[in-house]
Amino acid sequence: MLDTVGVSDIEQLFDEIPANLRSRPLQHIPPAMSEQEISRLMLQRAEQDGRPLCFIGAGAYEHHIPAAVWQIVTRGEFYSAYTPYQAEASQGTLQLIYEFQSMMTALMAMDVSNASLYDGGSALAEAVLMAIRANRKSKSQRVLVPTTVHPAYRDTARTIAGNQHIELLELPYDEQGGHVSMDSLADYEGEDIAALVIAQPNFFGVLEDVDALTDWAHRNGAMVIAVVNPVAMALLKPPGRWGEKGADIAVGEGQPLGVPLSSGGPYFGFMCSKQQHVRQMPGRLVGRTVDRDGRAGYTLTLQAREQHIRRSKATSNICTNQGLLVTAATIHMALLGGEGLRRVALACHANTRRLVEKLSSAYLRPRFDRPCFHEVVMTSSLPLKRLLRPLYAHNLQPGYVLSDDYPELGEALLVCATETKTEDDLELYRDYLARAIDKQVSAGCPVQPKMA
Amino acid sequence: MSEAPSELKYSKSHEWVRLNEDGSVTVGITDHAQELLGDLVYVEVPEPGSELDAKQACAVVESVKAASDVYAPLAGTVLEVNESLGDSPEAVNRDAYGNGWIMKLKPADSNALNELMDAGEYLEFIETE
Repeated sequence: MLDTVGVSDIEQLFDEIPANLRSRPLQHIPPAMSEQEISRLMLQRAEQDGRPLCFIGAGAYEHHIPAAVWQIVTRGEFYSAYTPYQAEASQGTLQLIYEFQSMMTALMAMDVSNASLYDGGSALAEAVLMAIRANRKSKSQRVLVPTTVHPAYRDTARTIAGNQHIELLELPYDEQGGHVSMDSLADYEGEDIAALVIAQPNFFGVLEDVDALTDWAHRNGAMVIAVVNPVAMALLKPPGRWGEKGADIAVGEGQPLGVPLSSGGPYFGFMCSKQQHVRQMPGRLVGRTVDRDGRAGYTLTLQAREQHIRRSKATSNICTNQGLLVTAATIHMALLGGEGLRRVALACHANTRRLVEKLSSAYLRPRFDRPCFHEVVMTSSLPLKRLLRPLYAHNLQPGYVLSDDYPELGEALLVCATETKTEDDLELYRDYLARAIDKQVSAGCPVQPKMA
Repeated sequence: MSEAPSELKYSKSHEWVRLNEDGSVTVGITDHAQELLGDLVYVEVPEPGSELDAKQACAVVESVKAASDVYAPLAGTVLEVNESLGDSPEAVNRDAYGNGWIMKLKPADSNALNELMDAGEYLEFIETE
């Protein structure tokens, strides 16, 4: 091949890149494996998950996925992660993305949707950058981010936006409610703020007062970035209708829409916005048009803002490499329909309420008093690590322990019961927990006896 | 052959400048520039009140095939922008020196105008470019 292109060795092809920018040979890449070896390795890793009975949410949610979804996704016509390079030649793929965008705008009550982003965390980071570009009245490059936003999303936003001189200011949550109270915004009244991030539900599962927060932001010249769970939006007021004017940008994690947990990825992010900000939106957009004979056709629109044309000035440096997951989400939503999705949301809410009722005792109780969607923070009077050990041993994941992310909450556990959990599952959790509490309380009294 | 009215001044980045009676200047892109770009689909105008340095990118003209920055031909404050381009960017194609104007500036230094090219120099410049 080198002969054909007329170079003597492969190094010549990289001549243009200055030596100090080149990475050294990669040290930690293991030697190549055969298909048999790699299949075995992947199987072993998959088995490490152990298929537990899972009550963890915290950003990734176990939902029932109709068998048809992944059956259809793996058809040859769909089975690619990418938007095809000769995009317009693949009308089917474009139509599917167009349908996805239409469904997302309907679910979010927003004007436009892009074809997807990498995941929820990077979608928030992109929304922050977009808001800075779009809010031309604001000169501050400051964005308010409540600590009730997913900790991993905040980290991702800080990594990406923080290096572009954008300041992310943290807003505390209310002690009793676990939500962002209007009091915490008082310090910023009249200040130049580019955007306010609002999570619904927030990381604690708590519902924020989205109308009041949205109106506050708009009154102060800030844009509103909604970070939402798409399933919850089938039930709750969607971002486009928050407050008087609605959120400006809505982003989130698309995993709950037909993507299995699969050890944490791949997932996909989504992003919707108001029409007036569409040119500042990252990612690809598919539009519907007519050909010269008047027949409907689909096309990539707004390409002039992409990197192959605008170079360093591009407002879009992300393509649709989550295409396969978007395909799954589109089929999933089409099969469930709006009403189906709403019933899933209702079942999740009801299951979680039942679970919290069953788990509540003198030793474990809900921490916040505001309404929740399908997750609840429970605080324990017993050390969680020791208390929960027997549950893990029974292959039950009791929830997400919050002490690393929110040490001020003490022994706090975030529990979630989606529609996949049956009454038996909830009772099993209750029984294991009751036994574990018994063991702790009877073995060592809460008031430790003095040992000789 | 591109038009270049003789009463205007021109920059190397293809903006035209008209000196108004009140000392302000009107800025747009030249007929030659709009011809190169093709049919415009979007014009992003600067925020009124913003202070611009000479040669600072301050607006964007986007056609079906490309998007280019518009540069401030001289330093000044943005007095007014052509809001009607939001709905009809094609005005730049149809009437680059009239309805297709982009912004009005209050020059920081009115002598800066003399540093720009006149119509003859500009036509010669685009021949050689």
